[in-house]
Amino acid sequence: MQPISGPDQDGSEALHPQMQGEELLRVSGISKAFPSVRALDDVRFELRRGTVHALMGENGAGKSTLMKILAGVIQPDEGSIYLKGRRVSLKTPLEALGHGIAMIHQELNLMPSMTVAENVWIRREPLNRLGLVDHARMRRMTQALFDRLNIGVDPDARIGELAVASRQMVEIAKAISYESDVLIMDEPTSALTEKEADHLFEIIADLKKSGVGIVYISHKMDEILKISDDISIFRDGKYIGTYRNGEITRDEIVFRMVDRELSQMFPKENVPSAEVILSVRELSLEGVFRDVSFDLRAGEILGFAGLVGAGRSNIAETLFGVTPATSGEILIRNEKIAISSPGQAIRKGVGFLTEDRGTTGSMQVLSVQENMQVAVLQNGFTKVGFLSGSALRDACSDMCERLKVKAASLETPVGTLSGGNQQKVLLGRWLLTRPQILILDEPTKGIDVGAKAEVHGLISRMASNGAAIILISSEMPEVLGMSDRVVVVHEGRIAGILDRKDATQVSIMEMIAR
Amino acid sequence: MNGVQSLTMSRKQPAKASGWRRFDEINILMVLVGIALLCEALGWIFIGQSFLGNPQRLTIAILQVSVIGIIAIGVTQVIITGGIDLSSGSVVAMTAMIVASLAQSEGWARALYPSLVELPAYVPIVAGILLGLIAGCINGLLIAYAKIPPFIATLGMMVSARGIAKWYTRGQPVSGLTDEFTAIGSSAWPVAIFIVIAIIFHIAMKYTRYGKFTYAIGANPQAARVSGINVERHLVKVYAIAGMLAGIAGVVACARAQTAQSGMGYMYELDAIAAAVIGGTSLAGGVGRIAGTVIGVIILGLISSGFTFLRIDAYYQEIVKGIIIVVAVGSDVYRSRKRLKK
Ligand SMILES: Nc1ncnc2c1ncn2[C@@H]1O[C@H](COP(=O)(O)OP(=O)(O)OP(=O)(O)O)[C@@H](O)[C@H]1O
Ligand SMILES: [Mg+2]
Repeated sequence: MQPISGPDQDGSEALHPQMQGEELLRVSGISKAFPSVRALDDVRFELRRGTVHALMGENGAGKSTLMKILAGVIQPDEGSIYLKGRRVSLKTPLEALGHGIAMIHQELNLMPSMTVAENVWIRREPLNRLGLVDHARMRRMTQALFDRLNIGVDPDARIGELAVASRQMVEIAKAISYESDVLIMDEPTSALTEKEADHLFEIIADLKKSGVGIVYISHKMDEILKISDDISIFRDGKYIGTYRNGEITRDEIVFRMVDRELSQMFPKENVPSAEVILSVRELSLEGVFRDVSFDLRAGEILGFAGLVGAGRSNIAETLFGVTPATSGEILIRNEKIAISSPGQAIRKGVGFLTEDRGTTGSMQVLSVQENMQVAVLQNGFTKVGFLSGSALRDACSDMCERLKVKAASLETPVGTLSGGNQQKVLLGRWLLTRPQILILDEPTKGIDVGAKAEVHGLISRMASNGAAIILISSEMPEVLGMSDRVVVVHEGRIAGILDRKDATQVSIMEMIAR
Repeated sequence: MNGVQSLTMSRKQPAKASGWRRFDEINILMVLVGIALLCEALGWIFIGQSFLGNPQRLTIAILQVSVIGIIAIGVTQVIITGGIDLSSGSVVAMTAMIVASLAQSEGWARALYPSLVELPAYVPIVAGILLGLIAGCINGLLIAYAKIPPFIATLGMMVSARGIAKWYTRGQPVSGLTDEFTAIGSSAWPVAIFIVIAIIFHIAMKYTRYGKFTYAIGANPQAARVSGINVERHLVKVYAIAGMLAGIAGVVACARAQTAQSGMGYMYELDAIAAAVIGGTSLAGGVGRIAGTVIGVIILGLISSGFTFLRIDAYYQEIVKGIIIVVAVGSDVYRSRKRLKK
């Protein structure tokens, strides 16, 4: 199997043979060094019109960095960019947009205090004859865009009030609204469930038909194999090769990405004990979810499956005291307690890895170690009231090694890590603690295939050590592989609870459809 | 389950507060009414007079804070971008001094330019506006391009502008201003200027791209940047406008006082920030409204005229004012949080 190079004219499944295959974008010799790391080293890349070009590589391989260069967000140290055969320089995002390059960023880039419509049309607001912003028209334009893309989000809602997945759909719609030739999607599905992701793929198919070239970054192998035409692989800032989809197998891709064999995924072994640690009785939050009841045992991993907006994250937030319940009760070790704030939840031994690492997770300017140790500081590593510095340091660096965090050192600010590496640090924060109950909301969001197995192993080991774990994940195989039981949540209610042996993709979807 | 339904996924938020959203100012308006009624009640109890029943007193209450109001409108915009402007009070003093020196009438012992003829009023007015604009531009350039934190950059401007105000006449006050010039500070003109400026910027913040960019930068500068906004250039604009408004405030202040001295506008920047925050502007950026700031300014005016009316000792006034600011902001935060939780 040879890496292909240069545009190819055969257009095997092209819808518009005259358009597909034409070179749209080409970069060559791109290098970019940050103070502590060489993020890109003489890489190249080509995008053909009407195709989806997937970028693959481990966390920190340089995928986002290359795309940010194309979007004008950062400047390369060297290299050239050709758009439709003409050399261009992209010094600002505005220039990139002007050249028809739009990007959906890995970290959500929306203004939380502004409305959906304002976010979509920022800088391009429709003006009336007096030169004032025409809000009514802006709203209609947003609605028309959402109708076309079949997105059910209220244009007048504030971004901050939306679930992460809805924000992601807004971000997607915004990028599409630029009607650009090149559309870069950096892990667009990391916050979406399969159903919504499939919807995105329909949108992508339409865009392809109209001749848009799409760069698609994801760590979900199934997606890549399903929708991409070409696949380029990067490792440690270096370009490894470009392959036609279908001419390379899954294992070959993984091997080229990580350069080593991978261990088995989803290694859940132990069986939970009988001791019920958490018992939730008819818990409701008015207007959000109602009558949620389930038991969680020591050593058990309880998966939460459901569509986006089903209310899984809302239930987690209520259990953690972010939005206290309006009725129902929570019992921890048979003792009825009221959880009305996160602080209380933490004192009761509840840990919570949130879904949105940007706003509720990482402390961007603080170091890897400081981010990792915050949760464990309260109940460990102290000697007569003083922190035991070296023990803490060892624990953090051990965790970094296990999770394969790619950072120059423990002192590196978390904000300069790649998205997946930030996620690993946050996950490590909770894996260091010994909570009785740990809620993990999308724990492997953005984590590469190489590290995923390790993450699953660590979660599973926590459970073996007696922790009770609630695992919310939009990745069905993850939920199925890791969970002892699966709670299916649908439209704010529990549709049913399945045992490991009965839980399959089909049985879960059936439950939802019922 | 079809696609349309599955994608109806705006999070079911506990706060279905959409009906309230249109009355964003309702909380702070209630604080305003509360303070007014409190003064009224205390007035009857202790003084035997009505506080609100005297329109002249209310006009004066607002007249007293109109200069602070003008700068508060600029400061609000700066805070919405996520910044802060500490220099406005000093810029008021600096412009007042320089403007006054250009507005002196003939036959008066001129503070500075002995040979200067009497100038038409628009000359000092335009000079004052330009001077404020320049000061604001310098703030903006330091912050946007030299990446000096807003607190530090405007602190520097605060100290320097005050220094210029003192140095300009070696501490001497400037008086003997032409009638033509002092007319803009007479009767209720300052209030009118304040209200007109408030309306202009209320519209600008709500209905123009200038406003949208300002909110966007404060809410998420990175998002603003990747949306194609030239964040640096816009920040310079916002600080320049804030400076210009401080310049206008300086003109109004000196016309109203019919004199200028280097101590003018002392601590006005803090009152302006307080007014903005009382009015619902978030120091974290991205949130704030001119209408709220106007109410905040009126609250400050009511507090001080209420105190005078109730003959409260000046020493207690400041203590109580500080408490009221914190309580007003705190109650607003508390209410909006409760609204969210509901
Ligand atoms: N602003 C920055 N300052 C310093 N280092 C940076 C900065 N941005 C990225 N890096 C480094 O560059 C490398 C490549 O990062 P990049 O974000 O491109 O990775 P990625 O391939 O997108 O990974 P992921 O799959 O985790 O998103 C990483 O080692 C990262 O730490
Ligand atoms: Mg990335």
